[in-house]
Parts: sequence; structure tokens; C-alpha cells
Amino acid sequence: MTDTDNHFRAETDSDNIVWLHFDRAGSGTNTFSTEALHELDRQLQSIATQCPRGLVILSDKPNGFIAGADIESFTRIETEQQALDFLRLGQSVFNRLAAYTLPTVALIHGFCMGGGTELALACRYRVTRDDPATRLALPEVRLGIHPGWGGSARLTPLVGGLKAMDLMLTGRSLAGRQAKRIGLVDSVVPERHLRAAARRLILEAPAPARPGWLDRLSNSFIARPLLATVMRRQVAKRAPQEHYPAPYALIDIWRQHANDTGAMLEAEAQSVARLINDPTARNLVHVFFLQEQLKGLGRDSDYRPEHVHVVGAGTMGGDIASWCALRGFRVTLQDQSPERIAPAMQRAHALFRRKLKQPREITAAMDRLLPDHKGLGVARADIIIEAIFEDADVKRGLYRELEPRMKTDAILATNTSSIPLEELTEALARPGQLVGLHFFNPVAKMQLVEVVNGASTTAEVSAQAMAFTRQIDRLPLPVTSTPGFLVNRILMPYLMEAVTLESEGVAPGLIDRAATGFGMPMGPVELADSVGLDICLHVAKVLASHFNAEIPERLQQLVDVGRLGRKSGRGFYEYRKGKAVKPKVSGSDAQLEEISDRLMLRLLNEAVSCVREQVVGSNDLLDAGMIFGTGFAPFRGGPMHHIQSTGAGALQARLQQCTSRYGERFTPDPGWDSLFDTQGG
Amino acid sequence: MGAQQAGWGGRPVLVVDGSRTPFLKVRGKPGAFAACDLAVAAARPLLARQPFSATDLDEVILGCVMPGPDEANIGRVAALRLGCGERVPAWTVQRNCASGLQSIDCAAQNIASGRSGLVLAGGVESMSHAPVLYNHAMVNWLAALSRARSPGAKLRAIAGLRPGHLKPVIALLRGLTDPVVGLSMGQTAEILAHRFGITREQMDAFALRSHQRLDAGHRAGHLDEIEVLYDSRGNFYDHDDGLRADSSMEQLAKLRPVFDRPDGNVTAGNSAQVTDGAAWVLLASEDTVARYELPVIGRLIDSQWAGLDPAQMGLGPTYAMAPLLMRQGFDSTDIDFWEINEAFAAQVLACLAAWQDAGFCQTELGRDTPFTPIDESRLNVDGGGVSIGHPVGASGARIVLHLLHVLEREQAHRGVASLCIGGGQGGALLVERTTG
Repeated sequence: MTDTDNHFRAETDSDNIVWLHFDRAGSGTNTFSTEALHELDRQLQSIATQCPRGLVILSDKPNGFIAGADIESFTRIETEQQALDFLRLGQSVFNRLAAYTLPTVALIHGFCMGGGTELALACRYRVTRDDPATRLALPEVRLGIHPGWGGSARLTPLVGGLKAMDLMLTGRSLAGRQAKRIGLVDSVVPERHLRAAARRLILEAPAPARPGWLDRLSNSFIARPLLATVMRRQVAKRAPQEHYPAPYALIDIWRQHANDTGAMLEAEAQSVARLINDPTARNLVHVFFLQEQLKGLGRDSDYRPEHVHVVGAGTMGGDIASWCALRGFRVTLQDQSPERIAPAMQRAHALFRRKLKQPREITAAMDRLLPDHKGLGVARADIIIEAIFEDADVKRGLYRELEPRMKTDAILATNTSSIPLEELTEALARPGQLVGLHFFNPVAKMQLVEVVNGASTTAEVSAQAMAFTRQIDRLPLPVTSTPGFLVNRILMPYLMEAVTLESEGVAPGLIDRAATGFGMPMGPVELADSVGLDICLHVAKVLASHFNAEIPERLQQLVDVGRLGRKSGRGFYEYRKGKAVKPKVSGSDAQLEEISDRLMLRLLNEAVSCVREQVVGSNDLLDAGMIFGTGFAPFRGGPMHHIQSTGAGALQARLQQCTSRYGERFTPDPGWDSLFDTQGG
Repeated sequence: MGAQQAGWGGRPVLVVDGSRTPFLKVRGKPGAFAACDLAVAAARPLLARQPFSATDLDEVILGCVMPGPDEANIGRVAALRLGCGERVPAWTVQRNCASGLQSIDCAAQNIASGRSGLVLAGGVESMSHAPVLYNHAMVNWLAALSRARSPGAKLRAIAGLRPGHLKPVIALLRGLTDPVVGLSMGQTAEILAHRFGITREQMDAFALRSHQRLDAGHRAGHLDEIEVLYDSRGNFYDHDDGLRADSSMEQLAKLRPVFDRPDGNVTAGNSAQVTDGAAWVLLASEDTVARYELPVIGRLIDSQWAGLDPAQMGLGPTYAMAPLLMRQGFDSTDIDFWEINEAFAAQVLACLAAWQDAGFCQTELGRDTPFTPIDESRLNVDGGGVSIGHPVGASGARIVLHLLHVLEREQAHRGVASLCIGGGQGGALLVERTTG
């Protein structure tokens, strides 16, 4: 065989302990492909014949233990049988490991995800490095499946049904110490003691960890039906079954088969084989690769800024500054006076407390963030982010002040959401240094940053801006400097249609329900209220002036009477303690479908228009932008992916129907024709 | 008349810049900032406006009387938090109320000798964060409890707890009491008032003037060495908040004596305020100034430390300033501006009285003629400890920094900064503006 011993290397030490190193060839990250699984199987067979004192499995990759199954290989699976073969292969290898009578240890550093955790669960003991980079998870639900290599069958008896199901249903990751607290890990030690800890477990071979009585009880046949009902209800709050079947399938498997490892293994494999070919899983895998694609965009530059200066301590500026400080940058935050900066410092402290928890780290992050009403940071900054209010004149004035004091190679980034960069560059002697970094609110939650390339922005600055975006752990999306850029432009017709529907007398609750029914994370009415109706109106006006669109009068009326949305306590909804009061509404399925169509068709039509104008480089990038910038139904794979799977021809026909029924705003964009051509209907 | 060679010998010692926090009055509970937070907040903007990086400093020296339990060698903690990096050594000095002056003196010494070229020196105190401790009986009881093994022994140990065990030790009050003579600092001021015949009205008038001067200083923008403080709750602090611009003799007269009750004269109104704060100055040698093209706001000429009866510690400045001036051949008229820390109005007034008293000067300072009286219009021109506050470790650095700002503003040449020191000492520093 050509691939013999490509990925694993076994060493036997003087204590007769075998150390099996996983070091996948041709990749910086350990993942399980079919061939890697076969090789592991051969290694395990051969190790068993040596009768060693014990076996330690560890990774030679600096970044982590094992990232799980090779997701690339998912995309090659076409039939349920192929999926089942792949699942059974993994199960048989891990079963072989689990059946070993000699003590086995998984020695974990860095990430340990999915199949990696399932391998670790097949070992008798687990040792993790004690540091923030070490995280364990079973995140399969995020790809529309659930663990299928024995993850659920082995985790539920180890830590109890409640804790195990929580991990698998949310896909959240645990640090070593948290994992030890729930009994998933036996020992958490600093790097310097990793090997000693593994050796100690093998030589002493203590009884494997057992869950407490309460955790065992959660797996009992009495408790399971009740707990399963509660779990279903909780999952339903985040992910409706018709859109996300995987968590429900997992709950069913557990309810039926917990405490029967064999049956659970079989049920796991069958279920994942079914799910993996489901459109939801396929689309979520597509989204996973979109995310990887965006991450890859930051890799073309070795730019390493150290000091970020933010001008404007409002919600966006302040939150951008604190986010950068959280991610380790030295940050100065400028505004006209201390009273404008003080609230941002409060929010920064709250963010650090939430994310860092340790007082020492919170202090260190606060120390990195310097409130700077005198603008001392301008002269030292590697990158200056302007986040003042949307007025081109004021921005130009600011740039004229800033530029002479900036380092000549410093980047000037604007967080404008609507002003084309070309209107701003005239104030600059070095227009090539100006780029847009359009963050979304709330900064700490929204992963996307639109990297706006103006006509003068140099390729180097654009690449540097994307590299910086990755360094603050956000996803860069390169877009052209056209009004509204990508995300706001596509979102605006959808929001305006919601306003139109509302002014036609449709209850806001019904409009929102139709949108969430489609899979949007929040309905358009509530979204408009949270963004602020004044801001919506402003952006709508900017866009309307460029695209000749109409703005429903209702929006202007509400703004005029001070109903600005959540921040003023009343917009379309009323707000009590920051929460919308939603009266009960009812509507027929047909009505909901009609609403949903009107909303989504306008969104899709604008998406097609952006593709035609090449606002982004590809359909994939457009999908990525809408998913990570707005939360557009991930299980649909993004607007363009949705058009493709629904059929462009059908949608275009539906738009034409709507045009005659509701008006010109539904006129299909000319771009549909070329979509039509390439896809042949 | 020019100054002679620097008191430390060797190279000239130049002052480049400085900053301080607003001084925040202690309001009965721990304030928003621990000592190190104050020190860091004051120094961050100071370092941010320099052309060099924090890692270019040769050392950081910080004076502090009572660092918190998490602030052992607070100088080093501050230096690391300021981004000075691992390679910049840092240390902490303590000479009670003059700790902030001591740090400057140490920095000057190291620059003069050539050991350092660029030093961040200052002082800090978070008096609101002074520890509250278990008393001895409580500590013994806890020790007995942890030794007890059997349930019976544990029960017996628990039964040993008495209400008196719960009486805390307030470290701040202990720190402000002389352990040798057993007097509180306020009582030493009462002793001086009695000795020099200083009346309650004189004290109150001095206090009122201190507030009026600080108020005028704030209004005129004469306190631009203050850097804004931000807490984690959305508040900011940009001025000394102990200032009572609306104070009056009538109001001050109503206050009761706090140290010698009921017949004394030293009140909360004519004493320094208990406050939190930090102050820094940036000191450099001539070649460092040239290398980074730094501005120079003044130079340190000489310093003097003196000891005296702890029960009269408030006279410390006279004992320190006299040899400092005499060494240079100066009288009071050679000094353009004075900063004498206002621990107590009575104490500063006693210093002024002693300074011009023939008998005192002869017996205590070894002078045949008394000093010319100090012109009070040139003393603490923008207020002092009574109005601004006296965070004990920080005041020394504050008065040196402010004195240099006053000299600059008035285009004057020479100044003296001095403090009295609990435990019976005085410290004084002679500074000049380079252009003089």
C-alpha cells in the first residue's frame, strides 16, 4: 500500500509504553480521512500483538490534537451506504481501541473536536494541557449531524446523560478544567507535566472515572423520557426541527438506547448516515467551507500591527476598540471629551468580565485600552479606525487633521456603512491607505467585517486590512465601495418590504413569524427596531438616492413622532425592559407563505443585483456575507445557494407575478437572466 | 546667583514631563481604584505622549506607604502593567508621607551617578484601600481552630470565640499614629499649634485660602498635570474632588476637633484630606534628553533629609529646608516659589513661624539670624493638601511636579518643595528651571 505509515508513528519507551504519534502527512492539522483511519487500525492491531504496558495517543501538530473527521470527505459522500461505510469504519477502529485491556491515554493539547474527542472517549483515560488553547468539543450539530463514531454512546455513560447531551446539543467547547469538572477528563496539567501525567496513569492504572449518582440517574429509563421532552423544548427555542433535524434525532437515540452501548452505536451510525445526505447538513457543510474561505482571505499578508487607534467612542467605535483590546492589541480610544469615552470604558469592562472572567486578565485587557481624548495614539498607531457619525464633510475634516500626524505606512480604516470611499479620499495625501472596515452591531457577536475597497485602496492595504480582521478573530469579506456595500444593501429592500406589509395592516408579529419560519434569526420588524428606525431611515435614504428605490412613508412617520425602536422604548413594537411586547397573532399558512415570499423575494432580487454588479467576487462570498453578517438561514446555505436549490427560473417567475400584483419594486433584476442562462432553468 | 553642582554629584538631573491623577476624597469605603490602578492611569497618557517607548525606561521607582495585599513591590507591578516590559527593573520606596519625594531623590541619585539615563519616578496611595486586619486574638483563635483535630477539640476551639476577637485593626489609623510616641499625626499638629500660639482662626483662614487657591487654579486651568481617570462603571474623574469652593470661615468654625477632643483646634476642615491619588515625574540625563529630543521643564539641584522629635514631626520642613538653603548660600528671597505640603494648616503655619523665629533658628537650625519670612503669596499658590488632599505616598511627587509647572507659568527660576514626615522627619528638594 502506498499510504503505509504516513500519518502515525509508534515509539516504545523504556517502561514498555507505546507512544502513538498522530502527524497527518501533508496537513498542518490532524483530521481523520478514510486512509488515516485504516492506518490507525493497522497500528492498533500491531500494537496489540506487542503486549505493551500501555498506549498513549498524542498529536505532533503544534495547533492541537485532532480536529475531527476530514470534512472535505463529507462532500464526496453521495449515498447513505457510502456514509454508513465511513461511519462503521470509524466505529470499528475506535471499538478496537476501546476493547484494549491495556491502559490507554489520550494526551490532548490544543483543539480536540468531533472525531478527535470520540477517539479520546475510546481511551480509558484523558489528559489535557492546562491552557486556554486546549478545548474539547463534539460540535457535529453545527454541521447538521451528531456524533457517529461512538461519541454519544461513550460520552453519556461517562459524564451522565444531562451533561453529555448538553455538550452534544449545543456543540460548545470546554477548556481542560471544565472538562475535568464534569468528568470528561482525568487529569489537567501544565505542558511540562503532560507526559509524566500520562505515564503515571498507565503505571498506576486507577479505576476509570465514574459519574456521580445523579448523573447516572439521568441515564435511567425512568428519567430519560422526561428529560428528553425538556431537551426537545430547549432545542426548539434555538433550532426548529423542520430546519435542524439532527439534535432531535440525537435526543431520540439517547432516549431509546442509553445504557446499551451496542444499540446506541448502531443507532448513531444509522442516524448520521441519514442526516449527512440531508440538505440541511449539506448546506451547513457548505457554510463551514464558506467560513474557511473567509478565514483564508487573511493569509495573504504578513502584516502584524500592534497599536490600533479608534476615533469615535460611540456604540460602534467603543465596541470595536474594546474588541481589539480583548484580542490583545494595544488600543487608544479617542473622542472629543472624557464624558463621551467613559460609557465605552464601562462596556469594555463588561465585555472583558464576560469573556475573560479572571480578574488578572480583565485588568490586563483594561490596561491595553487607553481612553485618549487628546488623540495621543494617532502618532503611534499602525491602524486607525474611524467610527464617527455618518457625515462625509466631518469625516474629511477629521482625516485632514489625522493624516499629517499618522505614521506614513499606517492604515486609515473607516467604519462607514454607507459613504463610498471615493467621497472621502479627496481629503487625503495618501488615498491608497484608506480602506473600509465595516463592522456589524453588536461587534462582539457579529463575525463579519466588510473590507471595503475604494478605487484608490492599494492591494497591499486591502490585504493588510483582511489580515488584521483575522487577527481580531473576525471574518473579512472584500466588497466594492458601492452604496450600502453588500450586507446593508441586500437587507434594506427586505426591511422596507416589512415596513410596507406593516403599513398594509399586517401585524408585526406575523411578519416576523413568517421570516423566522423561513429561517432568519430575527424577524425584519424586530431587527429594524433594534437597529433603530432613524438609522434604518438614514441608510434607506442613502440607498434610495443611488438605486431609485422608494421608502415607505410609515418609516418617516414613526421617526417623526420619536418612535425610534428599542432604544426609545417604542418603534413598531413596544419595549418593556428592552424586550419587545409581542401580542399574539394568527395567520393561515398561505398568508405566512405570501409574507415570507414578499420579504425573501426582495432580498434575493437585490442579491442577484449585487452579483451582477460584482459587489463581491463570487456567489459563495455573497452567501458568506449574508450568513455571517445577518444570520441568513444557514441551513439554506445563503441566498445564492438558496436560489440555486430552489431554481432561479421559478423565483424569477414569482417575482414577475409580484410585480404585477404589488408593484415595480419586484421587477426582476436583469441579473436573473444570466443566472437563468448558466443554470438552464 | 546660579546653583552649585547638583547635590548628588556627577551628572545633571533633568525633569522632562510629569502627570498625576485627580486626588479623590475617601468616602468611607474603598474607592474605585486600587493604588496600582491609580499609578497606571496617571502614567499611561504620560508615556503615550513621549517619543520613546515604555521599554526604553531604565527603571521605575514608586513611593507608596501602604500597598494592597496584591501589590507587593507595587513599583514593579505598575511597570509591568504599563508595558515597560520584563527587562525594565522597578522598585518601591517608603518614607511615609515623603515616599513620593524619596522616589524622585533615588532617581536623581541614579541619574547623577550614571547608573540610569531615563527614570519614571513617582508616588501613589489608595488610602481608601488601606487594609482592615484581624486583631491578634482573632489570629490566635483561627490558628487554634485549624490545629484542632477531633470534633470535640474543634467545638472547644469554636467556643473560644469572644466578641472582642471581631474588633478589626484599621491599618490606616495605625499608620497615621506614631508607634514610638503614641500620638496621632493630628495630635502632633496640636502640639505645634500650642507651641507657636497658632489659633483656630488662623488655621481655618489658612484652610479657606487653600480651597480658594485650588478653586482659582482649577478655573484658570493651572492644574493641567491632571490626567482623567475612568472607572469601570462609566464614570470619569477630572478634578480634585475634595475641593470646597463654597467653604467659609463660619462653616469651618462649626467643625469639632477630631484629634484632641473636646478642647483641641485641629479639625477635619483644617487638616489634609484623606484621598486616593498618584503622581509621576519623568527624569532624564542630558544625553538621554538629547537622544530623544525631549523637552526639559526643570532640573533637580539638591535635596535634604532631616530628623526631629516625632512628637513635633510637622516642623520637618524647617529642619530639611534650612541646611538645603544654607548649603547654597540662599535666603528665602532667593526662592521664587514654595510648595510645603499641607498635612495640617497648623503644621505649615508652625513651620512659617519657626522659620522667622530667631530663637528657633539659633537653637534648632544653627543660624545666628533668622530666615527672612516666606512670602505666603509664593507658597502653595494653587492650594495644597488641605484642599487637594494628601494621598500620603503620592504628595511628594505631586508638589515637585506642580512646583515646576508654577515656575514655568510664572517664568520664575527657583523653587523648593518640602514635606513633613510622620515619625519625625522632613524632606526638601531644590529645583530650578533651566532657562534661569
